[in-house]
Amino acid sequence: MPALVTHWLGGGLVLVGSVFMIIGAVGLLRMPDVFTRMHATAVSDTLGAGLILVGLMFISGLTLVTVKLFFLILFFGLTSPVATHAVARAALHAGVKPELGEGVEAEAISGEGPQSKP
Amino acid sequence: MLVAAMLAVLTAATLMVVRALRGPTVFDRLVAANAVGNAAIIILALYGFLTERPEFLDIGLTYAMLNIIGTFAVLKFLRFGALGGTGEEEEA
Repeated sequence: MPALVTHWLGGGLVLVGSVFMIIGAVGLLRMPDVFTRMHATAVSDTLGAGLILVGLMFISGLTLVTVKLFFLILFFGLTSPVATHAVARAALHAGVKPELGEGVEAEAISGEGPQSKP
Repeated sequence: MLVAAMLAVLTAATLMVVRALRGPTVFDRLVAANAVGNAAIIILALYGFLTERPEFLDIGLTYAMLNIIGTFAVLKFLRFGALGGTGEEEEA
């Protein structure tokens, strides 16, 4: 592709990604409890960061920088779900109660899953 | 474009810091701190491209590793009260 096309394509991807970062931050600020806030940060960690880094890949062209950006995307994809899972499990274990809708049994959700019983 | 994106990510990071300061439980603060760390990596990458110095990406990679290790360190400290040991052994 010509350089101008990739430049503008990359810029557009970066802008869309930054919009998703703001969406995730607003969700983190306004969601009602820990678990829903985690769900909001997943937007900025995967879509926001991913789109921005892919856009930077388009801007940089095919160099060593592209490889570094690829590894950054790989790190985001690996660490973000793991950290979210760990924090959610620790929060449940520490006794944080998730906000439930009307008619949902609170007993169905507890820190001790079926596979964690000895 | 890069400047606009950087301003947007800075705004997002500010909102995340507000949640980290407010957050009622420690887990809210932890989630917010993790998100701020990820936003910082993005800001580093954008700043590197803005100043034509993509070496900033190396710092971003290092920071990504430190971010996840920091989150797990805080979680382990919260659960076991200490960072050393596996947490499996009881005190004899």
